[in-house]
Amino acid sequence: MTAPLLRVENVSKRFGGFVALDNIDLDVAPGERLGLIGPNGSGKSTLVNCMCGTLHHDTGDVSFEGRSVDGLSAHERTRLGMARSFQLPRPFASLSVADNLRVPLLYTGLHRSGAESSSGELDDRCHDLLGLVSLSHKAHKLPRDLTQVEMRKLELARAMAADPKLLIADEAMAGLSQSEVKDIVSLLIRLNERGVTIILIEHIMTAVMSFSQRLVVLVSGRKIGDGKPDDVIRDPEVERAYLGQ
Amino acid sequence: MRNSLFVLLAVLAAAAVYAAARIVDNPYVFFAGYVVLQFVVLATAWNILGGYCGYVNFGSAAFFALGAYTTVAMVKFPALAAKYLPEPLIAVTNLIFPLPIPVLILFGGVIAGLVGLGTGYLTLRLRGVYFSIATLALAVVLQTLVVNWDYVGGSRGAYVVRPATTPFFGIDYMEYLFLMMLALSVATLAAARSIERSRLGFGFAAIRDDELAAESCGVPTLRLKLVATALSGAFMGMAGAPFPYYIGFLEPSSAFGLAYAVNSIAMPMIGGTTSWIGPLIGAVLLGTLQQLATVTIWSELSLLIVGLLLIGFVIVAPNGIVGLLETLLGRKRTEPARAADAEGKA
Repeated sequence: MTAPLLRVENVSKRFGGFVALDNIDLDVAPGERLGLIGPNGSGKSTLVNCMCGTLHHDTGDVSFEGRSVDGLSAHERTRLGMARSFQLPRPFASLSVADNLRVPLLYTGLHRSGAESSSGELDDRCHDLLGLVSLSHKAHKLPRDLTQVEMRKLELARAMAADPKLLIADEAMAGLSQSEVKDIVSLLIRLNERGVTIILIEHIMTAVMSFSQRLVVLVSGRKIGDGKPDDVIRDPEVERAYLGQ
Repeated sequence: MRNSLFVLLAVLAAAAVYAAARIVDNPYVFFAGYVVLQFVVLATAWNILGGYCGYVNFGSAAFFALGAYTTVAMVKFPALAAKYLPEPLIAVTNLIFPLPIPVLILFGGVIAGLVGLGTGYLTLRLRGVYFSIATLALAVVLQTLVVNWDYVGGSRGAYVVRPATTPFFGIDYMEYLFLMMLALSVATLAAARSIERSRLGFGFAAIRDDELAAESCGVPTLRLKLVATALSGAFMGMAGAPFPYYIGFLEPSSAFGLAYAVNSIAMPMIGGTTSWIGPLIGAVLLGTLQQLATVTIWSELSLLIVGLLLIGFVIVAPNGIVGLLETLLGRKRTEPARAADAEGKA
């Protein structure tokens, strides 16, 4: 078996008396497409925040490519190759769409890919990424001029600009129409085909099922399911706790 | 525009300003112009942290005063040396001192920059209004220290006697100070502009817009904020360094004056905070208005002007003059396109 790209071991997180994560174990293999589901308040976003360094867990260990990242800040983890998109898009409002991508390119992407920080290289990478998410025609617009789906695409493109090995997409499809959801799923699959390991946190089951090679279910901070998507959703405990049957 | 071309144009503009001031042939122009240029430096320096990074500093006066009091400390050093140092060292001291204004500006910048760095380290984990209150507290603490520091004059204040001659063709000392502040303005504006479109500038803008997202993009937010506080503090200190020679008698209430803190914030807010030109426009506009009010009406009216203009701009143009112009020009630019669209549909 190949060594996991990301390993989460016995991670727990409490907010006062509330247990948000309870001894979570999770391995993510390189190149994998992992779906992470759970009802609201199940600890999905807390787990993402602990993985990415936005929150510090109380116990346990998170390691990336075999190295513990517990003492590292969020930006240091990004530079190692862990990128994320946010549940609610958080664009840099005063910067154009292209400049939104320049920030991670300048601080992470160009260095990680070993490219020179010349303005030509920067523009080329920016152009490629905008093309990938079909936003080339909005390059000079401000984020406020984007539609909801374009905003989601910008969020993913910005995460991709950091040239990650692992992309964590936190509810990248919330509030989108069915066709827009398909659009984002096919985009995520294209990114995965470029070699990026992806963890998709999502409520839209059709998207999760069509995207994921493996499914993990969290309920009340505990992992109650982990396996092939078809097997996991038929698990009686998952059905009872998450699907309401 | 390349940075080198910008510096060249800025130097040419500065030369034109100096030539115009000489043509007027009234020493008061240099006296009043110095204050306006001092505000150009202060407003631009404030904008590096407040405008680019979004961290509002209420303690500008403290950094300005640090520069001014560094000069006082340097001016008084020979007397201190004569009291405590052995004869050979006194001779060396007398060779070095008095230090020329450019060196004093450098010293003021270094000291204020270091204090800015320290302040940043202590306060930058605070955000929003809490950070602003902390900078205000810094000003109060520093003023208390200076008031109780006898060497720099304490609460009594300190006289700084201008040298009889200047190193530049024997020009008047006020003209010399004006020239120094003009050069410092060019340097500050060039630095601010080069930051704006640099990697550092993109990092600052990301911090201003969303610190959490910036961190997720690999931006080392804490380190960049320390760079911003140090740079901003250093330029404010540089603006304050020649001040004792300008005013002749420095006391804590004048160096730590409310006017510096208020103007440093108001000028970029009125001009526009997202670009180097905003603080320049704000400082020239407000600085000139205040000088006119001081001469023609009453000096205390100047702060009232600042307050009224600030209220007006917050209501009418919250993004300042630059933001207002961008909106107007943007609207004009899109109007032909809309008209073309309408024609196409018709």
